[in-house]
Order: sequence, then C-alpha cells, then structure tokens
Amino acid sequence: MTARHLWRPSGATGWALTAPATLAVIGFLIVPIGAVIAGTFMDPRGIFAPYISYFNSGFRTTVLFRTLQISALTTIISLIFGFMTAYVVSRAQGKVKSLLIVAAVFPLLTGVVVRAFAWLIILGRNGILNQTLLALGIVNEPLEMLYTQGAVIVGMVYLFVPLMVLSLVGVLENIPKDVLQASSSLGASPVATFWQVLLPLAVPGLIVGAVLVFTGSFTAYATPQLLGGERQTVLATLLQQRAMVSFDWVGASTIAAIMTVITITIVLAMSHIARRINPMAT
Amino acid sequence: MSDRPHPILIVVTALVYLFLMVPLVIVVGAALSDTTYLTFPPQGLSLRWFYNIFEISAFRRTIVTSLQIAFLGTMIALLIGIPAAYALNRFRVELPKWLGTLFVLPILVPEIVFGFALLKSFTVGTGAPIFLALLIGHTLIVLPYVVRVISASLASFDFSIEEAAISLGSAPVKTFFTIVLPNVRGGVIAAFILAFITSLNDVSVSLFLTGPGISTLPIQILAHVEQFFDPTVASVSVLLMFLTVAVMAIVERTLGLTFLAK
Repeated sequence: MTARHLWRPSGATGWALTAPATLAVIGFLIVPIGAVIAGTFMDPRGIFAPYISYFNSGFRTTVLFRTLQISALTTIISLIFGFMTAYVVSRAQGKVKSLLIVAAVFPLLTGVVVRAFAWLIILGRNGILNQTLLALGIVNEPLEMLYTQGAVIVGMVYLFVPLMVLSLVGVLENIPKDVLQASSSLGASPVATFWQVLLPLAVPGLIVGAVLVFTGSFTAYATPQLLGGERQTVLATLLQQRAMVSFDWVGASTIAAIMTVITITIVLAMSHIARRINPMAT
Repeated sequence: MSDRPHPILIVVTALVYLFLMVPLVIVVGAALSDTTYLTFPPQGLSLRWFYNIFEISAFRRTIVTSLQIAFLGTMIALLIGIPAAYALNRFRVELPKWLGTLFVLPILVPEIVFGFALLKSFTVGTGAPIFLALLIGHTLIVLPYVVRVISASLASFDFSIEEAAISLGSAPVKTFFTIVLPNVRGGVIAAFILAFITSLNDVSVSLFLTGPGISTLPIQILAHVEQFFDPTVASVSVLLMFLTVAVMAIVERTLGLTFLAK
C-alpha cells in the first residue's frame, strides 16, 4: 500500500487557486485602465496639457459640473424616497414583504436601456404625459420635457431608487424594534425617535446606498443619452462622443481619467467616513 | 413609534411603487399596440411588433451574440471565480485582504471607462478580434457578482466537513466536487443568474466593443431608438422582461426570492 499523502494545504495553494481571476483582473482591467490614465500624462504638449485644455474649455467644465449636479440631485432624491420606502418594507410582514421586495428587484433586473426607453414614451413631445395634460386642458401645447435636466434626473431616480430601497431594507431590519419602542415608551415623540434614534442607526446604510447611487449616476450612459441627448451631455456621453465620433483619443482618455479619479475618491472617502461613524460596519 | 408605519409613509411607499411599475406597464402596452408609432394605451392589440423583431436581421444577430457572450462570459467567470471564492474563504488567514477587493474592482471602476480602456489598450493595441474583447469585458464585469455571491455561500460552509472527507481518504479535488460544491449549489445558481442577466443588459462595456457585424442587443436597441420610434423596441423590451420573469421564477423555485435581496 502506498503511503497516503495527507493534504496539508498551504498559502501557495490559495494563491494558485486565485491566480486565474487575479491575472484576469490585472491583465485586462488594471493594466488597460492604467495605460489609459498614464497616457494622458505623456502628451507632447506637456505633462498636464490634456487636463489644462479640458478645464479651459467652458463646455467641458460645464459637462463636468452638470454631471456632478445630476448625480447629487439623484442621490438626494433617492435617499429621501428610498429611506421612507425601505422603512415601510422593513416593517411589513410575510407575503406583503416578499411582494414588495420582488417588486423592487424586478426593475433592477430589467436592463437600463429598457428602463430609459420607458421614460422616452412617457416624456416625449407626443408622449403619454403630454397627451394626458393636453386632454385635461392643463396645458395648451405640449411641454418640452425630454432633453432637459429634469428628464435625466427622473430617469436616474427611476434607475436607482430600487437599489437604495434594497440596500436600506437590510440595515433597517437589523435595528431592533425594542430600541424604537424603548425610545417612545420613555416619552420621545415619533419625530424625536426618528431623528435621534432611527436615523443615526441607519447612517452607515445610508452612506453605502448614497455611494452606490452617486457613482452609478455619475457614470451612467444609456439614461442621459436617451433622455438628455446632446443638450444634456454628461461625462459618460462626452467620453463616448470623443472616442467613437471624433476619434479624439487624448480627450476621451482625459475624461476617463477624471471619471476614475472622482469615482475612486468618493468610494474611499465615504468608506472611511462610514468606518469612523460605525467601526463595526464593513 | 408604533409598529405600524405612519400613514404618510405608507402613501409615499405606494407612490414609489407606482412610479416603479407604471413605466414597465406602459412599455408592455406600447409593445402590443397595432399602430406604427409608440402609443399608450394600445390601439388595437397585435403581436406584429414581436414578429418584426425577428424580421430585422440586426436584432436577430445581436440577440444571438448577446446570448453567446452572456453564456460564455458567465461560464468563464464561474470557472475562474469559484476557485477564487473558495480560496478566499478556505485560506482566509494566508491570503491578504486586498485580494478580495481586487475581485470587486470591475464594479468599482466606472464601467464605461473599462470599456473604453479595453478598446484603446486591448483591441486597438493588439488587434484582437472584437468578439474576444467583448467576451473578456463581460467576463470581468460579472466576476465580482460570482465571487461575492459564492463567497457568501461558502462563508456559512463548515470546512471541517471537507477536512473529515480528506482525512478519510478522499482526494482533495474529488472532495471539492463531491462535498464542497454541492453544499453551495444555491450560491452557484444565484451567481449564474445574476451574472447572466448583468451581462445580457450591459451597455457601458459593450458600447465600445462593437464593430462591423458584431454588436449586442442593448446597443442595437439604443441604435434603433435613435432612428425609429416604432413599437419594435417596446417588444424587445417585453421579451427581455419575460426572460427576467422566467429567471426570477427559477430563482423562486430553487432558492426563494428573498435570496436576491441579500
């Protein structure tokens, strides 16, 4: 009988098992993106030349600030409505609760193009909303709703509210009901309980949700493309135009670098804040 | 605060759900309309726009490409993601923490930047075929879902079962397939479904990785919407929604839907 080798796995086995995925991420994600960003600093005109010319362009600076504004408004609106909805969902029971969760998951699993397209039918010049308003005599001629910042924000909120609801339901469920009952039985008004007990306990969840929504809307492409068009150009649509229409590789790479740096800064800053507020949160 | 949420909160919640559902109902209605333009409520019920999808060769082609990419990308992501998720849990002490972060990078960096970088550095740089670039891009964007979902299942797996099997003489690789994998079956199914749907719906990565004759369904939908305003896109959307419902039904049967909310 041959001696049976007892399997004593070492760290090397772990490295070997993770190697294919690690190499894939490094080789096909980190290196290409790193190359794009590094390329922007090798411009013959000077090391920061692409960035100087980006910020010297009034149009491109406007696009950057518009993108930040749309993302911020989307995040705030999603936070407010997502929080209220998540609270109700977290307190629901049995069948109702599963139904509410399914109804939030379903839009998430429906593609972004489909969801932006739905608002195209609603907000268009001959869209359902205009037809309804005209029929009711509220307006005399169709409103121009498409290709406005409002349309993009509605489309974005539509995209991200379910995400906010789902990420908050878990957090709110973990807040014991006893804590809220204790607060009210000790005489706190519902308003005081909300501001002083419920909200502070939910802050880590709110931060995670806010980061997901902000970075998601900051980099979204299909929704601003369909609902905002050229009038509401954002960084993502500008990047696509520069690369695929103008073949301006340096311009496109500069936008890519700006988007990457802002996104990663926000993720890191917020996770740092979340850790400081609640050391137990991951 | 009483157990029942305040009536105002209930009203707001109802409005939020109305806001979530109405647009999807409108898409379904518009898809069934007999008119040549998009309208709701549908005027005359007809399935002609569903037939129209398959009469446009660009739709036929991109549906096939999208399904191929979604299936192959998901399978490759499972192939490299399952060992990684296993190692992250089994060698928690030996492996550095940043390795776990590395596998979620594809969803941390802006997808559109990733797509552009693949085009610029990979396709243009090496002259690799578009299909390959598309496959690599999709494999990477679904990898985080695969690693995270399967890691979550493995976190509750008791590795002493595996050790027992091995000490009783079962080969390590065989043990993995007969003991470990069956125990996280639910996680693997969920990961497959999430990855498949994510890939099928992707816009931002595919946007740059299309070329003569190759495109994915969402990119084709975008192109179609910008040229025609007929109900074809509504029908494709309904088709995609049906696919999603079917997939959700499978999840419900096998795992229960609350699984997706985790």
